[in-house]
Amino acid sequence: MAKQIPLVDYLVLGDDPHLVAHECTSCGARFFDRRNACASCGNTEFKPADIATTGEVRTFTIVSFAAPGIPVPFVAAVVDCEGTSVRANLLNVTPDAEHVSTGMKVRLATEVIGKDDEGTEAVGFGFEPLGG
Amino acid sequence: MASASEELWILGIDMTKFGKHPDKDLVDLASEAVQGALADAGVTMKDIGIIGAGNLMMAMAPTGQMVQKQLGQTGIPVYNVSNACATGATALRVAAMAVKAGETDMGLAFGVEKLAGAGLLAGGSRGADANTWTPHGRYGAVAAVDGRIGTEIMPGVFAQIGLEYGHKYGGTSFELFAKISEKNHSHSALNPKAAYTKKMSLDEIMNDVMIAYPNTRPMCSANCDGAAAAVIVSGSKLKTLSKEQQKRAVKISASILTTDPFEEACQILPNVNTLTRNAAKQAYEQAGVGPADLDLVELHDCFATAELVHYDNLGLCEEGGAADFFESGATWRDGKTPVNVSGGLESKGHPIAATGIANIWEVATHLRGEAGDRQIEGAKVGLAHVIGLGSACGVHILEKSAA
Repeated sequence: MAKQIPLVDYLVLGDDPHLVAHECTSCGARFFDRRNACASCGNTEFKPADIATTGEVRTFTIVSFAAPGIPVPFVAAVVDCEGTSVRANLLNVTPDAEHVSTGMKVRLATEVIGKDDEGTEAVGFGFEPLGG
Repeated sequence: MASASEELWILGIDMTKFGKHPDKDLVDLASEAVQGALADAGVTMKDIGIIGAGNLMMAMAPTGQMVQKQLGQTGIPVYNVSNACATGATALRVAAMAVKAGETDMGLAFGVEKLAGAGLLAGGSRGADANTWTPHGRYGAVAAVDGRIGTEIMPGVFAQIGLEYGHKYGGTSFELFAKISEKNHSHSALNPKAAYTKKMSLDEIMNDVMIAYPNTRPMCSANCDGAAAAVIVSGSKLKTLSKEQQKRAVKISASILTTDPFEEACQILPNVNTLTRNAAKQAYEQAGVGPADLDLVELHDCFATAELVHYDNLGLCEEGGAADFFESGATWRDGKTPVNVSGGLESKGHPIAATGIANIWEVATHLRGEAGDRQIEGAKVGLAHVIGLGSACGVHILEKSAA
């Protein structure tokens, strides 16, 4: 199997791919990038927190017109993963208004986005319909 | 000299026609609006004690000083500001705060932008991926993420904001959002300063190029060139001016700027709701008026999906009732609370930094009874709202002079 690297550092690959956030040890607010202090309460201590791998589509859009080089159409969404909101594309779904709706139950999925000159695969993530 | 309990008044205000101005640069456009506002106020650059200068796309430039060099270098302080789409309102707030604080009794604010022909304003082009995956940036990304982890383009961000409202409260549809756009394009036919003044049918809007569902092209704000400027005067100074100046002056009953307080998800999808609700609440308290008192509202319809949520955020309807409120016809120009009788950003256009003052110009012009064919008869109180992602929200409540 080719060597793999996650598209972003908050995606953990392996047998059980999942997202991980910096969680404020005081108020529990979660952030996907590093923080000097919590934007909610000002606390400066954080711990890693695994994000639920299933959730519900809270909102979405189907992008038909994007900057050059970005394949369209694609579905961009906000997924509520048991109280933590995650920004992601929806995968393995027909990108039209008949097949995508708010309230859809989805689960985390990964996909290889490409291979570099050393043969390493970059792996991205999205969410796919549950039971689909 | 003004004092901290001073009333704030708009003494003069003007905007250029929005649209394509290939022969005019930033300084030409800003100067045209500033000269218009000064003439409208009946004053000159020598009367002005401070300038708030707004521009976003050339924010490194000393825009205020460039305009001084074009119109009059009097040595007064200039504050060049940029605050996303709330830049114009922020420039106005700077001048208002200086007058309120008693540093001067007359201030000038302007916003100017050259944006005709610009495409998507956020979301970078994607070139070839690197030859070797190397993590970089705050998320340790090894490749471009726009389009791979959601979307950064504004039509897509605001589409999600509209559909999120629909998910929470129901009642929304592609057609409903398109009808909002139909209203604004219809209103624009009466506004000679709008970039686009063509009425569009619901079919034309829904069948136009889809940008980010449910926003088609005419449901998006129009990139264009434009400038707007205002002269703010203290209440005590106004009393020393002519009867005609006092009669045409428009009272700034509330001038508010907010940012987004932390909430879950606000760093995932911008929350344009809470900061607008906070600004509106503060503005109504400061002005001593409520939503029912408003004769017209100019709100930040950067996309049709945004207009809907702001009906609710500004308290124009009951919480969750924005779709029904729109369907009742309330926001058409003959409705209970006319919204965006200028045509809004979707047709009047959105030269970013000019927008926050142009919205105020529209409201002020109705309060003065000078809006011509599109006059809202008997308008006495109006509200102007802008929002810039990041985020910043400006709300101003204006009242007709009793003089």
